Amino acid sequence: MTWLLPLPHLMITLMSMMNFVRKLGETSLKSVHKLGHMGIFMGKSLCCALTPPLKIALLIKQIQFIGFQSISVIFLTGAFTGMVLGYQGYNTLSRFGSDAFLGPMVALSLIKEMGPVISALMVTGRAGSSVTAQIGIMRISEQIDALRLMGLDPYRYLIVPNILACIICVPLLTAIFDVVGIFGGYLVGVKLLGMVSGTYFGEMMDYVDMKDITEGLWKSLNFGVIISWVCCFKGFYTGVYTGFGAEGVSKATTEAVVLSSVLILVWDYFLTSTMF
Amino acid sequence: MIHVQEIHKSFGNAQVLKGVSFDVPQGKILALVGRSGCGKSVILKHIAGLLKPDNGHVFINGNDLCNLSGRKLLRLIERFGFLFQNGALFDSMTIFDNVAFPLREKTRLNEREIREKVLSDLDQVGLIGSEEKFPSQVSGGMIKRASLARALIEEPDIMLFDEPTTGLDPITGQSILALIDSCHKRFGFTGIIVTHEIPRVFSIVDKVALLHEGVVLFYGSPSEIMESNDPIIRPFIHAATNGQIKECTEPG
Ligand SMILES: Nc1ncnc2c1ncn2[C@@H]1O[C@H](COP(=O)(O)OP(=O)(O)O)[C@@H](O)[C@H]1O
Ligand SMILES: [Mg+2]
Repeated sequence: MTWLLPLPHLMITLMSMMNFVRKLGETSLKSVHKLGHMGIFMGKSLCCALTPPLKIALLIKQIQFIGFQSISVIFLTGAFTGMVLGYQGYNTLSRFGSDAFLGPMVALSLIKEMGPVISALMVTGRAGSSVTAQIGIMRISEQIDALRLMGLDPYRYLIVPNILACIICVPLLTAIFDVVGIFGGYLVGVKLLGMVSGTYFGEMMDYVDMKDITEGLWKSLNFGVIISWVCCFKGFYTGVYTGFGAEGVSKATTEAVVLSSVLILVWDYFLTSTMF
Repeated sequence: MIHVQEIHKSFGNAQVLKGVSFDVPQGKILALVGRSGCGKSVILKHIAGLLKPDNGHVFINGNDLCNLSGRKLLRLIERFGFLFQNGALFDSMTIFDNVAFPLREKTRLNEREIREKVLSDLDQVGLIGSEEKFPSQVSGGMIKRASLARALIEEPDIMLFDEPTTGLDPITGQSILALIDSCHKRFGFTGIIVTHEIPRVFSIVDKVALLHEGVVLFYGSPSEIMESNDPIIRPFIHAATNGQIKECTEPG
């Protein structure tokens, strides 16, 4: 009869394995459901964005909030990123005796990579989080329901202005970031490390193509869509995927910032690899 | 007319509604009463199409709300006025802008006409002088009155009031009920009032429904419920009329 002894252990192992598989399935199903939900949300928003009427006043307000009020942050981060690139680039390039190429190096890194990514991350942190919080609070205090009951489409009033504002503002902020960053690099390379100013800008003009600039702006346009999509979605469905109340809003905000930051970096990789 | 047919609703494991049915005839007002947390607000949200029942139907003038979606649903509920339990004013706007909002967005009235109409509505709810304040700067009772003004300003066909007088002093509460009554006489909406104002509200309603443990325990006229000898209904009416809270202080 001793051969029967391991049987309970076997059963327990089997059960826990089954549980694991069930959990796995449950989680995947939930994720797929959520992804579908996000897709539908984006589809509805796009439909509303492309059909009149457009709420111009709300759009301008969001452009002011997402774009204009982010300029100082973008200015600061742009300047320091450019300055750091100036130091690091000079340091690296001078090892190969090619410090004359500091200009194009700074410009290309900024325009193609750092500019779009860092400004998108800054906008996520500064504006995206508060968009989520604002929409989330409107959800839990039933203001969204009140809007619907007036026969007005919440997508049109809350979501579309944010999405359009992001699509308009993020590329523009990126452009500001790039320009400020290039001048930051100039400050370090020319004013501090003694490069010739003509070399810095001259080489830059030779090596930076229009294609690099459009690539960078295309990236930032993509990031603008990602930020507004994720942040609006998380706010709009506060209480569905997270709890109600202050805790629900704070959870939604955190999730929005984390998810859009991760998505920005992942999508950046895909865009870069397809552009090669 | 509103026809609620056997609606069931659960949130997670908690079954809140277990087959609720009642009618509100065209142009009449129903008082929906019941203990706190028994699902009265949930019923109103079903009627307004904000929640979908797990089972059952809500008919508004013969249209099944659960079969409508998108634009059609929006067109139907547009003719609703809803007073939310916590007001649900837009906190980014002043009281005045809140009340003016439906007019600005949905009518072609000019700013002067809107101003006139809004001020006369705010006057009715006693909010003149506070119209430039934001919702966060006024008391809960004032938020509720502003919200009532916003709900009534479009002269809706169907009005749903979620506790219009809770949190108000008795005098204001009385005047709010009088305002609801006069609006009803003026534009004859079909309405539901969720309330704890047990004897007072009976003078302005035509029907009463008592919700208890997820079902409608009583449906009838105000005089019938006052005379009822049912062991569950009687203490409810009695406690309310005597201002006692015996029912609630008993253990369990
Ligand atoms: N969106 C929701 N999610 C989960 N539970 C809810 C939700 N809305 C209401 N409930 C639950 O339904 C019950 C009835 O709530 P409600 O209708 O607000 O009560 P009342 O009769 O006081 O208005 C409560 O127990 C509440 O916890
Ligand atoms: Mg309630």
